[in-house]
Amino acid sequence: MEPVLLRARGAADSRAITTYLKAGGYEGWKKALAMGPDAVTKEVSDSELRGRGGAGFPTGRKWSFVPKDHPGPRYLVCNADESEPGTFKDREIIEYDPHQVIEGIAIASFAIKANTAYIYIRGEFVRWARILEETITEARQHGFLGKNVLGSGFDLDVWVHRGAGAYICGEETALLESIEGKRGFPRLKPPFPAVVGLFGKPTVINNVETLACVPHIITRGAAWFAGIGRAKNTGPKLFGVSGHVNRPGVYELPLGVTFREIIEEHAGGVRGGRKLKAFFPGGSSAPVLTAAEVDVKADFDACAEAKTMLGSGGIIVFDDSVDMVEVADNVAHFYAHESCGQCTPCREGSDWCMDILDRLMAGHGLPADPDTLLRICRFASGGMTICPLGDAFALPITSLVTKFRDEFERHIAAATPLPPRKLPVLPWAGPKAGFGI
Amino acid sequence: MSTRPIEAAPPRTVQTVTFDATMDARIAELRQRYPTSRAALLPVLWLCQERYGWISPGVIRAVAERLGESPAFVEGVVTFYTMYQTAPPARYVLQVCTTLSCAWTGARELVAHLKERLGIGFGETTPDGTFQLVGVQCLGACGRAPVIQINDDYYEDLDVARLDAILDELSGRR
Ligand SMILES: Cc1cc2nc3c(=O)[nH]c(=O)nc-3n(C[C@H](O)[C@H](O)[C@H](O)COP(=O)(O)O)c2cc1C
Ligand code: SF4
Ligand code: FES
Repeated sequence: MEPVLLRARGAADSRAITTYLKAGGYEGWKKALAMGPDAVTKEVSDSELRGRGGAGFPTGRKWSFVPKDHPGPRYLVCNADESEPGTFKDREIIEYDPHQVIEGIAIASFAIKANTAYIYIRGEFVRWARILEETITEARQHGFLGKNVLGSGFDLDVWVHRGAGAYICGEETALLESIEGKRGFPRLKPPFPAVVGLFGKPTVINNVETLACVPHIITRGAAWFAGIGRAKNTGPKLFGVSGHVNRPGVYELPLGVTFREIIEEHAGGVRGGRKLKAFFPGGSSAPVLTAAEVDVKADFDACAEAKTMLGSGGIIVFDDSVDMVEVADNVAHFYAHESCGQCTPCREGSDWCMDILDRLMAGHGLPADPDTLLRICRFASGGMTICPLGDAFALPITSLVTKFRDEFERHIAAATPLPPRKLPVLPWAGPKAGFGI
Repeated sequence: MSTRPIEAAPPRTVQTVTFDATMDARIAELRQRYPTSRAALLPVLWLCQERYGWISPGVIRAVAERLGESPAFVEGVVTFYTMYQTAPPARYVLQVCTTLSCAWTGARELVAHLKERLGIGFGETTPDGTFQLVGVQCLGACGRAPVIQINDDYYEDLDVARLDAILDELSGRR
């Protein structure tokens, strides 16, 4: 497949607006303005584009949920939080061809009739936030943003909003809270953001990669896009491959290639002559797949059939030297740190899993541990929490315990008893020192 | 939930911060990007951290007053996010990614080396105030693991030799 989103990677001055214009940039924006909002939404629906942020929700359908008769204002939000472990694709787009994102934001804002858009970018991405600021300034100077864009009567302001270190702010409603100046506590849904979103107004949240696809769909047509990949799983997709491979990096491939092709051909196979043991197919929130499952197709529906998720397309590869109990421990540490703390099954469950796994790794596993882990995870997943972070830690840990139970058992068989703990004793000063009882 | 160790509690120094004309202008510019003044809180805190180095109790009060919030609300936001510094930071903050891709491609060796070379553990600062060592979660650069963020900059594809060269350079630059 010829590269679409990464076509400028490696070219000189790839970020500059002159380069982008030479490659046909902003033609989609001009065309969209002539088409009108409803025709733009229809074109995107027909392309069968599905969200690249994790959930794979059909983008055109999401836009059509915005109430038509709402007096406004409405908002578009571009999610550049990129915090899912194993995910590093959005920054590749921003690094090499950021005008695609701005053009996609413009078209999407027009489709939902929003006059203000925010890009929420993780706080650590100082460099990439600066690139986006410069890109917005360039686009504004060329009349693609601002008041009365290209004489159409449509106004659009785009602002970059930096996060400040919190994985949970990638979740769309936590992200909205964070833009509103609050702690990143996810909101209970419904109402969905398309109806009650940012500042209580209808809001569409889309990932960077999703929005970067939009200008290409408008210029080249829905049929072209739908011709890449397979039915309901269309278009090019960025796969970030990391971990134990010879050539880690971001690869742009049609949806539906197999994980084997991505790992073996594009990423150069497992490094050091070792064998593949397991991999996370779409960030660490996606249940793990084993080497025996490497022929699963990398698309939304095939991953769902294999009881996992394509997620963000961040593939984390482990060779046969890796202890999967330790992987579970690392995963538990991540989510225990990032749980916002609103829901008991997530806040306590992630901490409890982490404590058990730390103890297992310290050589003091107990026979009941694997089942306790499974039970904690059952209570934290399947809609028991405000947001899907509960599932995000519970499902991968469940998959690790189920698929690699023998490794847990091996740790437990070799375990030694936990040394007795000396609990502090509270000084007792007799009944008179109490509350009169 | 991210909790801070008690040792790292912010020094409760009494401090008064008064914004000068430049800060006033920049806060006003940030304010007009949003329909509510509360929404300017994160960008204004970033601005203050750039200007004053950290978010002191005095900064919290000044920001709260400017945006019409209570200091308690502002402090709640400041402490929710890990990147706002609630104590004066070292000159260079070494943020080592300890998540999956980095952990299994060399981050462990980097951490062991840093602890030995600097004589400090996670959350600690060298006695001369030059380096602070922090373990962080995935930095979104896993294709170039292992990764360390030093202040605002990413250092990628690291090994012990390259890390040493970087530390030598930073120490010399003082
Ligand atoms: C815990 C959690 C973290 C998330 N992190 C991100 C993220 O970093 N980037 C992102 O684009 N989407 C993230 N999402 C998904 C968003 O909530 C949302 O579905 C997505 O931005 C929608 O965009 P799309 O329809 O274009 O995929 C996260 C979801 C959850 C539950
Ligand atoms: S599931 Fe976890 S992260 Fe999500 S709202 Fe509940 S406590 Fe917060
Ligand atoms: S795992 Fe270290 S940058 Fe993602």
